[in-house]
Amino acid sequence: MKKNEVIDKLTVVFRDVFDDNTMMLTETMLFKDIEGWDSLMHFTLISEIENAFNCKFKMSDLLRIKCVGDIISSICGERNGG
Amino acid sequence: MQNTFVQLAKNCKKDMSSFPVYKIAMLGDCSMEHLATAIKGHAYDFNLALEILDTGYNNILPCIMQADSNMYKFSPNAVLIYMCVEQLYIVWCATPENERITFAVSNFNNIQTIWAHISSQCVANIIQFTFAEYDDAVFGNRGCVQPEAFVYQLRKLNMLLIEGGPSYKNVFLVDLFGIQSRIGRDAMHDSKLYLASKIPIAISALPIIASSVVSILLALNGRVNKCIVLDLDNTIWGGVIGDDGLSGIEIGELGIGQAFSSLQLWLKELKNRGVLLAVCSKNNEDIAKKAFEKHNDMILALDDFAVFTANWEDKVTNIKRIQQTLNIGMDSIVFIDDSPFERSLVRSFLPDIIVPELPDDPAEYLNYLKKLNLFETISFSNEDKKRTEQYRAEAGRELLRIEYTDYDEYLKELKMTSCALPFDEYHVPRIAQLTQRSNQFNLRTVRYTESDIDIIKNDTELITFYFMLKDKLMDYGLVSVVILKNHGDGILFIDTWLMSCRVLKRGMEEFVINKVFETAKHHKYKKVVGEYIETQKNTMVKNIYEDLGFIRKKNNFFTANVAEYKYNKTFIKEYQNEEE
Repeated sequence: MKKNEVIDKLTVVFRDVFDDNTMMLTETMLFKDIEGWDSLMHFTLISEIENAFNCKFKMSDLLRIKCVGDIISSICGERNGG
Repeated sequence: MQNTFVQLAKNCKKDMSSFPVYKIAMLGDCSMEHLATAIKGHAYDFNLALEILDTGYNNILPCIMQADSNMYKFSPNAVLIYMCVEQLYIVWCATPENERITFAVSNFNNIQTIWAHISSQCVANIIQFTFAEYDDAVFGNRGCVQPEAFVYQLRKLNMLLIEGGPSYKNVFLVDLFGIQSRIGRDAMHDSKLYLASKIPIAISALPIIASSVVSILLALNGRVNKCIVLDLDNTIWGGVIGDDGLSGIEIGELGIGQAFSSLQLWLKELKNRGVLLAVCSKNNEDIAKKAFEKHNDMILALDDFAVFTANWEDKVTNIKRIQQTLNIGMDSIVFIDDSPFERSLVRSFLPDIIVPELPDDPAEYLNYLKKLNLFETISFSNEDKKRTEQYRAEAGRELLRIEYTDYDEYLKELKMTSCALPFDEYHVPRIAQLTQRSNQFNLRTVRYTESDIDIIKNDTELITFYFMLKDKLMDYGLVSVVILKNHGDGILFIDTWLMSCRVLKRGMEEFVINKVFETAKHHKYKKVVGEYIETQKNTMVKNIYEDLGFIRKKNNFFTANVAEYKYNKTFIKEYQNEEE
């Protein structure tokens, strides 16, 4: 899966979870800067991304992921590895 | 069909200011934030505004032990207790071997202590989750028979909850064990979420669990489904009776008949539990009825139906007629029909009725319907089993009424008798159930659980009555409940008056109110005061106090002087002793 495809798909998930249809993602975007982000949202987001990409994050990812780029590399890494 | 968690979270932000409010305190030994969001969001879809107090992770003991805890200050309507099996297993591992065979019993005792503490400090329903199944794979299959194994003790603990819960009349169980057995352990639990943040339920499993909890909350608020209106052709048998004939319809061994047989078996079970069945079919009545009378494989019989409507009028008209005959709310009716046309017609004209979208394959009907969990109940009494019989007699009476031109003559002819008795132990479940279920004839709509009724029964400041009714056709059992309160200054206040709508307009209202005044006189009260609290469903009784001779005061209060009260006319005779 190409990086821009991943971003497009992630955008759909983020917009849904944060209930904001204008949201644009950049790789450097930090979760803590997103309005409405908190630990509840973090786990919701992770779970929704797993459903959308039919993948499973590792527990270490859960704690490590801090920005959009982290998710992309985790997804792409998993894809490449698998 | 089921909302996702994200949709439920969005619901939480919507305006619920017009909904009735129900307060829930959540206690748990894990993180319950997501669960709280899911429950609140799901309740929104049923016009119920939940105010939730999340007492946080592992705060059970401080919350329940301190009389001035935030939880008690919150004065919840219900306390929800979620203890996760993961935490239970940690406790298990720390339990010395010689104490393990009593692990279930001692944990059940702890839970009972929690229930008792809460009940002693506040009047709230307790909603307790059972434990999810968890196999630690230490004993393999042997684990289910070996008392020293966790699996054995876990199942025993669940069994103790199941057996012991109902003896606490304010405790209701959420069958988490059952839910996990349907969706599977892997769908229920996401290890990394639990390990990282003590979230015991996977995000995608939350909607189904929330829906289970909300079903109980709705039932506690009197919102239960009471009747299933059924289409016939291609819904409860395969084929069209008018075209295919008696031997051509698929039920039993013929064609895909087993799919319909299993559906009918289930419907029969529901009927036996007290859910009313009614037929609404486009058919000639005699042909439709013959299928039930003559077909050897038919499981449902004509007398399983409270109302049988087979004609060529539109279904909206017919359903309205069924609803009026049975005198129940449209929102307590489930309509089952294989035809998308009929479903959408009914849905658009009767927005309150519940219309499941049936799957295409009849083999899937039953599975689909069961998953919807449409028939939650918080109690079950002997009255439930007899309900169809009672409504059948009532539906028959509707017809009889048309034949009598003089209604008084007709009432006299019924030879009705009633008795008024103070609350007693035996009738506590039925009385509590009536306060929970009665929506229409209910002046103040105060809901009471069995434990509330127990307390009321023994309160010397209160005068209580339940009323039995029978006529020459049948025994209706307990039909009305009155709770009277001494308000001082010679005033007797009607705290609760509700009545089963099945017995409307035959002098029962008059009989009850006469009894109230007789009692007031006996105890030397000067005035009787009633109040009408309006809900969406009880407008039928908004003028009843005036109709019965009270004078309207401010704010829907009504008053009548005992000395000047003129007894209302009724043909119901009083008998003294209740015969069972």
